[in-house]
Amino acid sequence: MTKTIRCDIVSAHEEIFSGEVKMVFASGIAGDLGISPRHAPLITQLKPGPVRVQDEAGEEQFYFVSGGIIEVQPHVVTVMADTAMRGEDLDQAAAEAARAEAERELADRTGDMEIAEAQAKLLEAVAQLQAMERLRKNLKR
Amino acid sequence: MAGGREIVTKIRSVENTKKVTSALEMVSASKIRKSQDLMKESRPYARMMHRVIGHLGKARPEYRHPFTIEHPDVKRVGYIVISSDRGLCGGLNNNLFKQILADMGEWQKKEVDVCMVALGKKAMAYFKNVKVEIMAAASDFGEKPQIEDLIGSVRGMLDQYSEKKVDRVYLVYNDFVNTMVQKPVIEQLLPLPPTDDEEVRDIWDYIYEPDAETLLNSVMTRYIEALVYQGVLENLASEHAARMIAMKSATDNASDLIDELNLVYNKARQAAITQEISEIVGGAAAV
Repeated sequence: MTKTIRCDIVSAHEEIFSGEVKMVFASGIAGDLGISPRHAPLITQLKPGPVRVQDEAGEEQFYFVSGGIIEVQPHVVTVMADTAMRGEDLDQAAAEAARAEAERELADRTGDMEIAEAQAKLLEAVAQLQAMERLRKNLKR
Repeated sequence: MAGGREIVTKIRSVENTKKVTSALEMVSASKIRKSQDLMKESRPYARMMHRVIGHLGKARPEYRHPFTIEHPDVKRVGYIVISSDRGLCGGLNNNLFKQILADMGEWQKKEVDVCMVALGKKAMAYFKNVKVEIMAAASDFGEKPQIEDLIGSVRGMLDQYSEKKVDRVYLVYNDFVNTMVQKPVIEQLLPLPPTDDEEVRDIWDYIYEPDAETLLNSVMTRYIEALVYQGVLENLASEHAARMIAMKSATDNASDLIDELNLVYNKARQAAITQEISEIVGGAAAV
């Protein structure tokens, strides 16, 4: 008889918690969840709020997540925390910004690249001039 | 002394170049470590994502997400190209772009349209002059790329796939094998390759809150984003490694050049001294 459930909490940048626990508490989008071992498979989005885990000794640990996804299997709970604020509108706005960026870059004929290229060409021309100068001096001698 | 001064100036300028390249080499060497750490830190997330997606594949959902549905008739393909923001990293970007051009050529031969999301300044600058539609762009991720920098640009492509305006999506980046080797890779992102159906044990499904569609949508989007993010990190590590190698060989070349120039300079000096002595001797004999 298993009395514990494995719990992994991760975000895109780090592993936040990993270990065997007695119970996991989280605030799902449709209400608060308390997950014990052998819970039925469940998957839901998380609201911004605390995720609590209770270890075998009954000690509790708090982690704050700004949203994400929780997946429950009978023997394992996975919490994938978002590092970014998400939402349909926010995502849409970000998509819009990325498209605008592409358009701006396409329209921009004097971007950093052009300047860099021009500089490279200038350097080349200067080097050629110097070489010619040197050649002329040698011929005079 | 013929050309003596010119050679000295030349040596000085090569020495200065050498200083710059060796500094860049050292900077890149330390940045490789940091970017490798970043890759390591983001790995648990990718692993968990993979686990959940694996579980989802085994479940028998009442709803099939558009990302898992293959479009049989390919009319338009999309590429998400990850490049570096800065140059001076050897052939890293160019090798990648050549590979994409070859791959795109294959599609264009079959009269398939190609569109693109360009991540990184170099990709933008390069594909501006190529006949390809650039849908979205993002750059300046810095040394610590954040997942939120990618959401917008990736989102556009995913929406196009859901609306069946794009039939395949590929992710292109430089895979960091080790410091010496970086490999350009083209990975298929969408449709998600089907998970193996070996473990069809009993039919079960999740309890979805609020509903399967919304949920699978957000899980899949995050999964794709995690894959792209991983690609960005791989590419960043590759960039630093390639730059380090390029700068190391530049420094070595500069050293060789300095040695050679020194030799030329010494020979010229020697010749001048010898000439002077023989002139003096000749002069003394004439008196």
